[in-house]
Amino acid sequence: MIDFSADHFALFGLPRNFRIDSFELDRRWRSLQADVHPDRHASGDDASRRMALQASSRVNEAYAILCDPAARGEYLLRLLGIESLSETDTSMPADFLIEQMERRESIEEASDAGDHTALELALAEIDIERRVLTAGLADFLDAQATDDAKTSVRKLRFLDRVKSEINDSLIAIEA
Amino acid sequence: MALLQISEPGESPAPHERRVAIGIDLGTTNSLVAVVRNGSAEVLADEAGRGLLPSVVRYEAADSGDTGGRTTVGIEAQKHLARDPRNTISSVKRFMGRAVADVPNIENAPYDFIDVPGMLKLRTIAGPKSPVEVSAEILKALRYRAEAQLLGGSTTKLAGAVITVPAYFDDAQRQATKDAAKLAGLDVLRLLNEPTAAAVAYGLDNAAEGIYAVYDLGGGTFDISILRLSKGVFEVLSTGGDSALGGDDFDHRLYCWALDESRLTLPTPEDTRLLLLKSREAKEHLTLQGVARINADLSDGRRINVTASQAKFFEITQHLVQKTIGPVKKALRDAELSVDDVKGVVMVGGATRMPHVQRAVAQLFGKPPLNNLDPDMVVALGAAMQADQLAGNRAGTDAGDDWLLLDVIPLSLGIETMGGLVEKIIARNSSIPVARSQEFTTFKDGQTAMAIHVLQGEREKVSDCRSLARFELRGIPPLVAGAARIEVTFAVDADGLLSVAAREKTTGVESTIAVKPSYGLSDTDITRMLEESFQKADEDKEIRAQTEVSVEAEQLIAAVAAALLQDGDLMNHDERSVIDRAMAELSSLVSSSDRHRIKRAFDALGVATATFAQRRMDRGVQSGLTGRHIKELA
Repeated sequence: MIDFSADHFALFGLPRNFRIDSFELDRRWRSLQADVHPDRHASGDDASRRMALQASSRVNEAYAILCDPAARGEYLLRLLGIESLSETDTSMPADFLIEQMERRESIEEASDAGDHTALELALAEIDIERRVLTAGLADFLDAQATDDAKTSVRKLRFLDRVKSEINDSLIAIEA
Repeated sequence: MALLQISEPGESPAPHERRVAIGIDLGTTNSLVAVVRNGSAEVLADEAGRGLLPSVVRYEAADSGDTGGRTTVGIEAQKHLARDPRNTISSVKRFMGRAVADVPNIENAPYDFIDVPGMLKLRTIAGPKSPVEVSAEILKALRYRAEAQLLGGSTTKLAGAVITVPAYFDDAQRQATKDAAKLAGLDVLRLLNEPTAAAVAYGLDNAAEGIYAVYDLGGGTFDISILRLSKGVFEVLSTGGDSALGGDDFDHRLYCWALDESRLTLPTPEDTRLLLLKSREAKEHLTLQGVARINADLSDGRRINVTASQAKFFEITQHLVQKTIGPVKKALRDAELSVDDVKGVVMVGGATRMPHVQRAVAQLFGKPPLNNLDPDMVVALGAAMQADQLAGNRAGTDAGDDWLLLDVIPLSLGIETMGGLVEKIIARNSSIPVARSQEFTTFKDGQTAMAIHVLQGEREKVSDCRSLARFELRGIPPLVAGAARIEVTFAVDADGLLSVAAREKTTGVESTIAVKPSYGLSDTDITRMLEESFQKADEDKEIRAQTEVSVEAEQLIAAVAAALLQDGDLMNHDERSVIDRAMAELSSLVSSSDRHRIKRAFDALGVATATFAQRRMDRGVQSGLTGRHIKELA
């Protein structure tokens, strides 16, 4: 059905590279699910239904990681034997942290005031920063600058968290 | 066996080889069964030509003459709603997987509830009945209807059924539905989300491509799903809703208004049922007409006679319509889409006929909603199409005729961690099936058992999420705190049902459970907690920070105490008393709510033990215990 020992890139028949064609990724996800989804094996025996469930779950897990730049970067580093989010080593550049603390404060103010526009603006800003970081991460990984890549992954994770907090605030305002 | 044979590609199955599989829409108000015949889906009607089976079940006494102990379903049962309310159960879907405390407005339901943990029961003349049993009666009636018409009295069996559930149903509600189907003797091919079923019926009928929203307001539940339809793939991008909001609530508003207008209170169960029925009729009139009368003769001879205008009806129910808008916006945001990206809004469920619902949806999306399919039938038709495919009847048809459904989980899943907080493991709107693992560790030295508490919801605190199950992992090897590695795996199957397994990685001790409904928060709470989770995000952050500080403080105290026990000889009396004082100070503050003071005492203890930690490390190095991090030592 699928090779469970293959890495996520190999599973999708994609080169092991951070730069990913998201259109192609989506296409391959659908085509893999078209083969392995439990619905395709509903009239099979117990063993083949169980296998389909496992294969389909695996494909979804890989897809979720490959779709998300931070998770994809973290995964690529892990394939190189590098943990980018270990608990003992969480260093981040001080200027980045200060910047983010200030950002968080202004986001909190905007949420408290129910300022929809300010939050949308912050969201747009973060999206630009995420894109810049993602592009940088691709270069670092190309150049095998793994320390810089680790830092980018952490920054991306951080921004992802802030992004989801802003989204939660916006959802609360819109409810 | 010929019946199970799947035909070779390119070869159409002969009629007698077709496996007959049905689709069932198990609704709050009405239920339907549909099947694919000669390539198209149709709803199966009863002898009188009615497709809709009212979701009403009546139990009769075992000694009531020649009809003794009978159970009737549908129109026959419905006739007795006002006369015999306690034994005539309607809208039982609201009680699936729910305890008494979980059901909103339960005080208005004219039943005799038995409050058992997990799921409530109804006391009837035929004994206590669980909502699962009542639902099974409805499913049985539909199964008999299908067997009579499709199998023609032959000995063959139905190959199975696809049963639809609200997309926003949680694990307990889904499990209860599946149990009901099993009880009714049906082989469940799949639990299918109602909006997804509707999207299949709509999409295949109209060859739709692009982003579509399905707005499904039924008798008791509201769902919104955003889907991408592309080359036969129905991909759910996000889903949201309220599993306790539906047409029933509009009836209830009219009912309350009619009582108010008549200055009457506290009717008997019979009167309640009668007035609710009259209110529903009035609501249906008001969908098409400007005014409706509500007339009811009460059991004590009093009379209710009021006239409701459409404008009044809209006014008293506008907040219910408004309650659907938040989830729609949230679903769009979760899908990272705006209303302009949505090509069409498919309206599903009888309650979407109401003009103010239509208007609100049109206004939000900036385009008229799509009403070209019967909102009562579309879910059952989609379920029948999916059942036909799952039974293998479409194998060998042109690839272009085939389709694939990729659905998501509606609410996040997580487990309880220290301090009553929830660690999310699977985020809402993850594609299913899905399996995800997370590692946890022990809190105390020598800890050999660990309780795992599984929760569903979006809030950070355990008490604000719905408790799904608790289980205990035993036989963890006694190690120092933090050394054991416990991997918890959550697996959600294509029915949206969860199973959890936990394994201690250094020894392989394993524990698996199927998640069975446990106690916890109400259904409205589930929806409310989702809304609140966003409103209270800040409050949660504060609580989380507070809890984390306390937990860290406790851990530090335990670590220092253990270290003192082992290596206390490394310090003289004065040095020791400095540490003891710092520890006593921190201990006295641990449960206080001033996290800044805790933090200060925490830092002070860190400073007080710095020399001690250094000496311990030196001793460790000397005795060959290398590689331990300073944090483990102090």
